[in-house]
Amino acid sequence: MAEKNLKYEAKQVLERYANLVARLTPKSKLGQGCLRAFWVGGCICVLGQALADMGTAWLQLTASAASGFASVTLVFLTALLTGIGIFDRIARYAGAGTVVPITGFANAMTSPAMEFKPEGWVLGTGARLFTIAGPVLVYGISASVIVGILYYFIRWQ
Amino acid sequence: MPLHRAGDHTIVFPNRPRIAESAAVVGPKEGRGPHADGFDLVLEDALFGQESYEQAEHAMFQEACERCLKKADMPKERVQALLGGDLLNQIMAASLAARELSIPFLGLYGACSTMAESLILGSVLVDGGYASPVLCAAGSHYCTAERQYRFPLEYGNQRTPAAQWTVTGAGACLLTKEGSALAHVTHATIGQVIDLGIRDANNMGAAMAPAAVDTLCRHFLDTGRKPGDYDRVITGDLGQVGADILHELMAERGYPLPEGRYMDCGLSIFHKEDDVHAGGSGCGCSASILSAAILPRLKRGEWRRVLFMATGALLSPTTSQQGETIPGIAHAVVLEGGEE
Repeated sequence: MAEKNLKYEAKQVLERYANLVARLTPKSKLGQGCLRAFWVGGCICVLGQALADMGTAWLQLTASAASGFASVTLVFLTALLTGIGIFDRIARYAGAGTVVPITGFANAMTSPAMEFKPEGWVLGTGARLFTIAGPVLVYGISASVIVGILYYFIRWQ
Repeated sequence: MPLHRAGDHTIVFPNRPRIAESAAVVGPKEGRGPHADGFDLVLEDALFGQESYEQAEHAMFQEACERCLKKADMPKERVQALLGGDLLNQIMAASLAARELSIPFLGLYGACSTMAESLILGSVLVDGGYASPVLCAAGSHYCTAERQYRFPLEYGNQRTPAAQWTVTGAGACLLTKEGSALAHVTHATIGQVIDLGIRDANNMGAAMAPAAVDTLCRHFLDTGRKPGDYDRVITGDLGQVGADILHELMAERGYPLPEGRYMDCGLSIFHKEDDVHAGGSGCGCSASILSAAILPRLKRGEWRRVLFMATGALLSPTTSQQGETIPGIAHAVVLEGGEE
């Protein structure tokens, strides 16, 4: 709608309606959401740390290899839970608690891969794999490149 | 020749086209809902034995049509028109079903208002003596709608409290000029597209409510009736938020909806505890409830006259992402009990 062309009265109608909608639309439960995200997200992080510690203690991995081991294991577990249709139920409960850790990324890659398989490996899964994770990768990688260039010229530390 | 009209927006059907039979096919979740007994078939799983959910949606649409014809004992070769649509891009479920049914086909798109749209146009064809019988149908599928409008099914995210759950279901009605009738179609009010600037695709109730208010008010103005003249004023899928807005705005416009005489298909198809937030939505919502819960009551005489108004949010993911607001639409038909 070309709102800028509207007359004053019409703008008043839209504004009044927006207020009515705001009043009658239930709000998300912020406190409950934060608590759930905190405890589920926290548990995932504890699991990640435990995996890293196990990597160094039992598999004699270096610290950086152990964190890689933890990430890969969490990604695998998420992909598995997504595949058998459980992850979305956990995420519906936990919200940001599963989205923010690497589990969110793994789910964002696995779910389109499954979803678009009926359209074939190339035009379905292949083309649509990054539907959700794409923006995070594009802007995440771009930002790290920019920071890297800045760091090259301005050595702080 | 005089126009068969009342006022600027309402059609009067002098020959009172008959809804001879109806059928509804729904998914497992809908089949566990309050209207479980009214459906003709409840799918055991949402794939319905097909390769993809799109195919399942098509099969479900076709199944609803075939069951309706079977109940009416009407061979499909004698049906002179099929009017219907769904929510898939290019209304593929309806088109594929029409391919299998081999009935002359007019594909319709009115988002979730499609069932009322098809009933209106079907009644025009029957009442005008251009076709009879005519099959009117609409359907939607949760899994295809999620992919088209939102996220992959297994993607883990939270819904907002105003979000609605697309109904997996299809409903069909057979309209005839004569013979037995579950109900008669006596009036129809064609809605205007109304847009009061809602952009939130997760709050479709709010996007559709102004259109619902507009169509209702025009209907009452055109016919000189009041909400109390109907045993039920029934909306398609306004959900909790849209219904609350509707009540408030109708009271403001001088047509308060009487307590206990209002029903929203989206609010009645699922149980509250089914994690559907503001209620059901989709073409299949009003189409399946019409067949499962509304027409049987009209036939039994429990209700004598109802106003059935399906509501649609005419959004596409593309225009939504481009920042366009959501146009709403609502079409109403008056249904009267089967006895003359």
